[in-house]
Amino acid sequence: MHMPLEDTLGLNLLAANQHQAEHNRDHFDAWNLLCLNVMSSPGAGKTSLLERSLAALAGEFAMAVLEGDMTTQLDAQRLEAVGVPVVPITTGRACHLDAAMVSGGLRLLRQRLDPASLDLLWVENVGNLVCPAEFEVGEHRKVALLSVTEGDDKPLKYPVMFREADCVLITKVDLLPHLPVEVERIEAHVRQVNPHCAVIRVSATSGEGLATWHGWLREQRAALAAVPSAPPLVGVA
Amino acid sequence: MHEVDMTRCLLLSMGEWKQQHAPRQPRVSTVHLQVGAFTCVEPDQLVFTWEAAVQGSWLAGARLAIEPVPLLGRCVLCSSTYAPLQEQGYRSPCCNHPMEEIVSGRELRIRSVEYALDDPPANASLPSSSTSTCVPCA
Repeated sequence: MHMPLEDTLGLNLLAANQHQAEHNRDHFDAWNLLCLNVMSSPGAGKTSLLERSLAALAGEFAMAVLEGDMTTQLDAQRLEAVGVPVVPITTGRACHLDAAMVSGGLRLLRQRLDPASLDLLWVENVGNLVCPAEFEVGEHRKVALLSVTEGDDKPLKYPVMFREADCVLITKVDLLPHLPVEVERIEAHVRQVNPHCAVIRVSATSGEGLATWHGWLREQRAALAAVPSAPPLVGVA
Repeated sequence: MHEVDMTRCLLLSMGEWKQQHAPRQPRVSTVHLQVGAFTCVEPDQLVFTWEAAVQGSWLAGARLAIEPVPLLGRCVLCSSTYAPLQEQGYRSPCCNHPMEEIVSGRELRIRSVEYALDDPPANASLPSSSTSTCVPCA
């Protein structure tokens, strides 16, 4: 006879992705690089911001980009033009990057350079405000972009993304004079779902706010670099 | 339709669970999930993709039972628990404070599995149709 049985698992549904993400992060830590997962809706300005930030920080940090794009390599070509190594990850029909795709991108990256020589690794996710928030890729920090043209209600309509972000960049603020949008309302809505994240207004066109954004990046990079020498938490009285 | 990828990861996790019972073959009747309201998962779509994905696999016929978990926050000012609402900007009704602490609603959890174990084969002659056909996540 077959006895009916029941196993209690309490396992994360995305455990398989989580394991791969942790494996990726172990590599990043061993290489002592800071990995950023950059997410937004399509057209919020991820690639334009990256162009500016890569150019501004190239003399300071060794960087590379894993570029998620559903079917084309257009964004990768734009970023290669800045002079930073870019590995395109064509996701096909998938609407987000997952940890295994990023692992595949890392394998390609290693054919071109030694990742231990890098300070920053950018992962530009597929344009989508929904599921990238649920699929970790091994990043140390999540950065979410929201352009002022998208409307001030988006943090409340896509709260998981803005809740998960460590830094929210309000982009295209140079357009504010032409729009019936109050940037303070956008920021307030972000704060309602995520009271403690960094919120920075930027414009890749005018350059406004980029110094503050790059300052935030330097802080994160410094915090990561400080970790290996920090005393382990286990066993501390 | 990220529920397809969610299902793929779920099948991988189930494959890992199945290995724990080798060489016996678990025949799964129901997989119980807890899905929080503050996730990107639509339970109906997850059931739909599950039913399509398990056809022809070792999980064929297994039912996916989803227990929805409501979003609950705790107001950090007065410690009361509340149900954050989008139309109220997720603020606490008691103190009108932003949603700082989430008590529940982020769950994406395989709670339990109901199954029967087939007796181990007398000699190694497992029917080949019972082998796993899990799709790798990659």
